[in-house]
Amino acid sequence: MSTSESVQAVAVEHIEEHVNRDDIRSRMGMWLFLFSELLLFGGLFIMYSVYRYLHQTDFSIASKEMNTYLGTLNTVILLTSSLTMALAINAMQRGKKGLSIFLQAFTILCGAAFMINKVIEWSHEFAEGNYPGSAILAAKPKGQILYFGLYYSMVGLHGLHVLVGMTVIAFMLVFTIRGKITPDNYVKLEAAGLYWHLVDIIWIFLFPLFYLIT
Amino acid sequence: MENIKEHTQQTHSYGLYILVWLALITLTGLTAVIAGINFGKLSIAVAILIAVIKSYLVLTEFMHLKSESRTFKAFIFVAIFFLAVAFTLLFSDYSSFVGK
Amino acid sequence: MAETIATSHNGHDVSYLDYQGKHKGILGWVLSTDHKRIGILYMIAILSFFMVGVTLGVLMRLELLTPQGTIVGPQAYNEFFTVHGIIMIFFVVIPVIPAVFGNFFLPIMLGAKDVAFPRLNLLSWYLYIIGVALILLSLVLPGGAADTGWTFYIPYSVRTGTNMVFTLTAVFILGFSSIITGLNFLTTIHRMRAPGMGWFKMPLFSWALYATSWIQVIVTPIIGITLLMVVVERVFHVGIFDPTLGGDPVLFQHMFWMYSHPAVYIIILPAMGVISEIIPVFSQRTIFGYKFIAYSSIGIAVFGSLVWAHHMFAAGMANSAEFIFSLLTFLVAIPSAIKVFNWTATLYKGSIKLEPPLLYALAFIFLFSIGGLTGIIQGALNVDIYITHTYFIVGHIHYVVFGGTGFGLFAALHYWLPKMFGRMYNKKVAKVGFWVTFIGFNILYFPFFILGWLGMPRRSYHYLPEYQVYHVISTIGSWILVIGLLIMFLNLLLSLINGKKVTEANIWGGETLEWTVATPPPVENFEEIPQMIEGPYEYKQNELAVEEEVK
Repeated sequence: MSTSESVQAVAVEHIEEHVNRDDIRSRMGMWLFLFSELLLFGGLFIMYSVYRYLHQTDFSIASKEMNTYLGTLNTVILLTSSLTMALAINAMQRGKKGLSIFLQAFTILCGAAFMINKVIEWSHEFAEGNYPGSAILAAKPKGQILYFGLYYSMVGLHGLHVLVGMTVIAFMLVFTIRGKITPDNYVKLEAAGLYWHLVDIIWIFLFPLFYLIT
Repeated sequence: MENIKEHTQQTHSYGLYILVWLALITLTGLTAVIAGINFGKLSIAVAILIAVIKSYLVLTEFMHLKSESRTFKAFIFVAIFFLAVAFTLLFSDYSSFVGK
Repeated sequence: MAETIATSHNGHDVSYLDYQGKHKGILGWVLSTDHKRIGILYMIAILSFFMVGVTLGVLMRLELLTPQGTIVGPQAYNEFFTVHGIIMIFFVVIPVIPAVFGNFFLPIMLGAKDVAFPRLNLLSWYLYIIGVALILLSLVLPGGAADTGWTFYIPYSVRTGTNMVFTLTAVFILGFSSIITGLNFLTTIHRMRAPGMGWFKMPLFSWALYATSWIQVIVTPIIGITLLMVVVERVFHVGIFDPTLGGDPVLFQHMFWMYSHPAVYIIILPAMGVISEIIPVFSQRTIFGYKFIAYSSIGIAVFGSLVWAHHMFAAGMANSAEFIFSLLTFLVAIPSAIKVFNWTATLYKGSIKLEPPLLYALAFIFLFSIGGLTGIIQGALNVDIYITHTYFIVGHIHYVVFGGTGFGLFAALHYWLPKMFGRMYNKKVAKVGFWVTFIGFNILYFPFFILGWLGMPRRSYHYLPEYQVYHVISTIGSWILVIGLLIMFLNLLLSLINGKKVTEANIWGGETLEWTVATPPPVENFEEIPQMIEGPYEYKQNELAVEEEVK
């Protein structure tokens, strides 16, 4: 199994070396960029792990403020958008342009739904007084202040990435409609997809770390 | 098994993607339900384990890491290895502070 | 990517300096995606900033001529050493060799027409310029320049009223510029080597850049996010590091050094790469232990990422952690020592031509060895507790960073500048400049070790009168150093205007690919991508002669 896989990978590499365009090069650049993004969040995860380790009960108490249902719903939304993004690329590979356009648009809509849920959640937290700089939060134990500090930073930065991802996919949508992305040349769409999946993976970790603390 | 007739790029069937998606949703449900049960110190480990499985699925299937060359797999190993080592070394400091 | 290259089919023989593309004049430079032009853009920007940093350094030395205030007040002094540090570290030595010489020569050395992503390359220069603009804003806006030291330690960096947000954002953006350069080089090295150029036929400079780029891509995001969190903490009062909000200032130090220690290797590795190029050329011998040098670059990158907390032995870490980090620190010296031994072994029985580039390269080995060995002294826990926060550290960092990367940069300038512009500098003046710089450097920085050993604290505006004699010696050294730098840079600058024209392709008798193309290099480097048969540094005749002599 594994040998046939690597043989196939080598074959792919050979075919692509003969054409001028080097798709592997583009994907390699994208993956390296994704690692940087991963490490960017990695830094935050490191801070999170230290503070959670030092303030275990405070983190548990503070997380009770989170709406687990909305969090789970958002996870499902984001996972679904990842599916449609993967399918959009697949459809493009098979030359089904219309289907690909529909799936890309659907992915953007999922991103929007995710962001709307985030706005609902954050406005709820703000109404409760759990926002940085508020007197109510400042009066809480230090571990809970840190929990909310990390929550806003990490989820906020992730939200920013969702917005960037939506914008990138919107560009891809335009490129697809204008025929700049074709079944022969869709590496841009692939790169956008990789970015979107990374955003998804980061959420996969954020979800249990902030919503599901027992 | 993937059949070999597609050798330009990895084109999975739609069905495979949907299966992966179903697995991901199931795991999400599982992690949410399990959070209600108190495993004590193990619950964080279980949550992280499920998250790792989910990321693995996304990486290999949705992001096609499975069919990329070995170089790419080595790359991701480098990134994860660095994070893991950073965690370990950092906790060589912090692990002695709890309980004081 | 492909379409940007395709604009120049009529320009094969035209030098990249004369080439007229879509845009003319200055636009032809600032909008160019040619890796060589981008390298020159970087060179202009970075060397200008180097001058600013030197000026601040000289002013600080002047200030320290007397024990109690000489020319400026304490607040201004704090801003001086902070801005000096930020400029020299983040704006000069981290980018300089990869961005200037890496950009210019990496594709040529690999036999490629450009880097993997030319447009991203230009973007990274613009990000650098945005960073420059922000740091300049932080200097002129009310509030004053940052005064925290280049390490931005918490809690002072969230409390001080100076323009920290601009400064931190500038460093954050520079980080992105650095990451983009890194991923560009990694992809270039992986995908664009000429046919036949296996990994172990690459020039050692590209090995050094490969290791550097990995560090850049992996650890730069860590400092990016850390400094971003300080900005967020200052602006929105989000609790992350500030102890009044529950944060842990020592965690900031961990996060900061998790990048900034590997950054030392981002700084030094490319310079080591330059030295590995220069030494075989000027001793006309195959480099001794090619694979060891190549692997030691990777070894430095790996171990260098694991030793960050040795900057924090006095910060109150757990004993076990201090023990581990001290041990790892000793290990990281091994790959550096391997390189030094290999370089000296290459020189042994070579036919040495003592040209200016080799002089600077030898100075690099000497000064970097002093810097490295004093580093090992500080790696020992009990000694470090005594000398940390003293001038000993300041001496160490200057021997490593200035004596290492600074002299590596000067070596690279003297080695490659004639190739880049087709003009040769005056070699006699260059040698005079070298000796003045070298002597001035040691008079300036060696007293720091003595001062530190005697207990002189760093970053201190006042000092006890008994330290004055060393401070005076050091300040005099700073004047000599500046004279040396002026001789060197003026000589190079004048050579660009009216230096002797060089047209031969192989100026120094090198064996790497950049010496096979015209001088200055044509727009697309190679009309036909070369086929590699031999590895670099194959000085066969000389090797035979040496062998016979040994017999």
